[in-house]
Amino acid sequence: MSSNSQTLTPQATPDVGGPATVAEGRCRGRPPAAPAAGQSRKKSLMARIRRDKVMLLLIAPGFLYFVVFHYVPLAGNIIAFLDYKPYLGFMDSVWVGLDNFAAMFQDGAFWEALRNTLVITGLQLALFFPVPICLALLLNSIVSNKIRKFVQSVVYLPHFIGWVIIVAVFSEVLGATGAVPHLLENLGLPRFDAMTTPEFFPFLVTIQSIWKDAGWGTIIFLAALMNVDQELYEAAAVDGANARHRLWHITLPGIMPVIVLLLILNLGSILSVGFEQIVLQRDNVGPGAGEVLDTYVYFHGIQDGQWGPAAAVGLVKGIVGLFLVLGANKLAHFFGQEGVYSNGKSK
Amino acid sequence: MANPSSTLVAAGHPKSSPKSRPKNGPKPKDTRPVWMEKPKPAVQVSKAIALVVICFLALYPLLAVLATSLSSQSEIANNNGLVLFPKEPTFAAYQTIFAGGVVTDALIRSLVITTVGTALSLVVTVAMAYGLTRRDLVGGRFFLMTALFTMLFSPGIIPSFLMVKELGLLDSYAALVLPTLMSAFNLVVVRSFFMNLPQELFEAAKIDGAGDFRILVQMVLPLSRGVLAVVGLFYAVGYWNAFFNAMLYLNDDKWPLSMILRQYVLLGQPMGDSAVAEIAVPSQAIQMAVVVISLIPIVIVFPFLQRYFTKGVLTGAIKG
Repeated sequence: MSSNSQTLTPQATPDVGGPATVAEGRCRGRPPAAPAAGQSRKKSLMARIRRDKVMLLLIAPGFLYFVVFHYVPLAGNIIAFLDYKPYLGFMDSVWVGLDNFAAMFQDGAFWEALRNTLVITGLQLALFFPVPICLALLLNSIVSNKIRKFVQSVVYLPHFIGWVIIVAVFSEVLGATGAVPHLLENLGLPRFDAMTTPEFFPFLVTIQSIWKDAGWGTIIFLAALMNVDQELYEAAAVDGANARHRLWHITLPGIMPVIVLLLILNLGSILSVGFEQIVLQRDNVGPGAGEVLDTYVYFHGIQDGQWGPAAAVGLVKGIVGLFLVLGANKLAHFFGQEGVYSNGKSK
Repeated sequence: MANPSSTLVAAGHPKSSPKSRPKNGPKPKDTRPVWMEKPKPAVQVSKAIALVVICFLALYPLLAVLATSLSSQSEIANNNGLVLFPKEPTFAAYQTIFAGGVVTDALIRSLVITTVGTALSLVVTVAMAYGLTRRDLVGGRFFLMTALFTMLFSPGIIPSFLMVKELGLLDSYAALVLPTLMSAFNLVVVRSFFMNLPQELFEAAKIDGAGDFRILVQMVLPLSRGVLAVVGLFYAVGYWNAFFNAMLYLNDDKWPLSMILRQYVLLGQPMGDSAVAEIAVPSQAIQMAVVVISLIPIVIVFPFLQRYFTKGVLTGAIKG
């Protein structure tokens, strides 16, 4: 509990009693830990390394992994400033300064991708975000343990299904030869192919996300709901508050910190949409509606070989995204939430 | 690429701290609390309907796919593409697929990649997480921060691609495993679980002369089955479902099942295999059979690991 990393570990216990527990942990942990740390500092570095050699060896492979696949590639972003040609490599490609960035701002396709990204994330925030909350409230109100467990199992399952399968299943149900268009036809309504209609694409993506992850998203809200002090309900009921009053004055205020936290974190990742999900379906509707920032980078860079300009877009997206996430975390701290850095990539 | 569990991290879970629900005991309520009035019948009925609809929406697509894979061509045509109750179930599609060829090979490849990848990921994650449990480790804070900061940024698609290329991993199975070997989230989950184990136990073992490695293997791991099961599931699901790395790095003779699925079901390309291209079996049934086959491992493993979700991950995730 009182590790040296306390501020960074996921410790957001935002509910009733949460902060108290954290503070308690600190008080309990500090005094005995301090002398121990003081002692070890007196030991020579070599002695400490000798003592920790097994631990350091165990850390080595993982550390190496993070360096090789997360930190070293950062240097590869240099090609955003190059007229990169794969056969010339990093060294011999021509340095073009900020030309790639200038090109980016003049590229209509980039603005289109940015717009599509924001439309989709905005729509997800509006339509997807409330669903797990409502679902959690519904689940929480089930009295029978058996039924609740069963429903939970059912709604968690889709989270573990990959996007390829989900898109395949959705085209089977909603696609041109699928069940829903046939149903519409039989009812005498105009045919509507949800998979290939560009205007519908943001909704399609959002519906798929809801199907996959709304159930999984309830976990966090269910946890928050169970942390609400049960005695409050009892006291309120004794004082004559009905179910709606209790929902409005106890439940919602009780889980509001978690809702605010997740909302902020979602705002922080507003430039990121599920890449795998979009890349599978972009060609169904064409780039005009289906291109987002990540797929722009992939199709223009790796597919079409415009390495430099695409990398510039990727770099700008990465930097703006990082600041958005950091800003979101700051904001979350401002609202009194602890240790949310580890949640930076949520959704 | 996608972290399957990032939403889990933030909230405190009640089961982790018994203090949060002092009066109700360890088990959630199974009977209506005395103070709660009985809901009106209308409310109960609408709640029941909502639950049935939710379960139907979650399960219907999967059941429809299963049923279609068991149907004959004429039945699929009669039902406008999707069958819910095949009148004469036939395993023809599966027989065709398992007669050998592209799908069988890809299935085996996917199983091997998933098994090997999950094992490697678990070993590296457990080793690093255990190493980071020592409070005054030399450079411990630095190592931890190095891992944690990877949650805040990604190097980008193009630099990652170039890295794999520079390492000479193009068109090798290692390209499916190494770039996604570990997630910092899972590292944190495992580490916090380790740190919540009773430390006195390990100190006693140390006094008895056990080394760090022996404590890990003989004491820590046997106590950590739950969290290992969940983290293993996250890794396994990731490897099983991943298609983008395969699309990016591998030639088609090395494709895993997820890529086969994309190619033959989503893009509708011919399977290029005489055994599969037989006319007697409807191609749609075969397509749906491939979907079912790729769903089976998830559906089989899921119920067994589900009981660990709360026990393992949530307990691990909240405490630092």
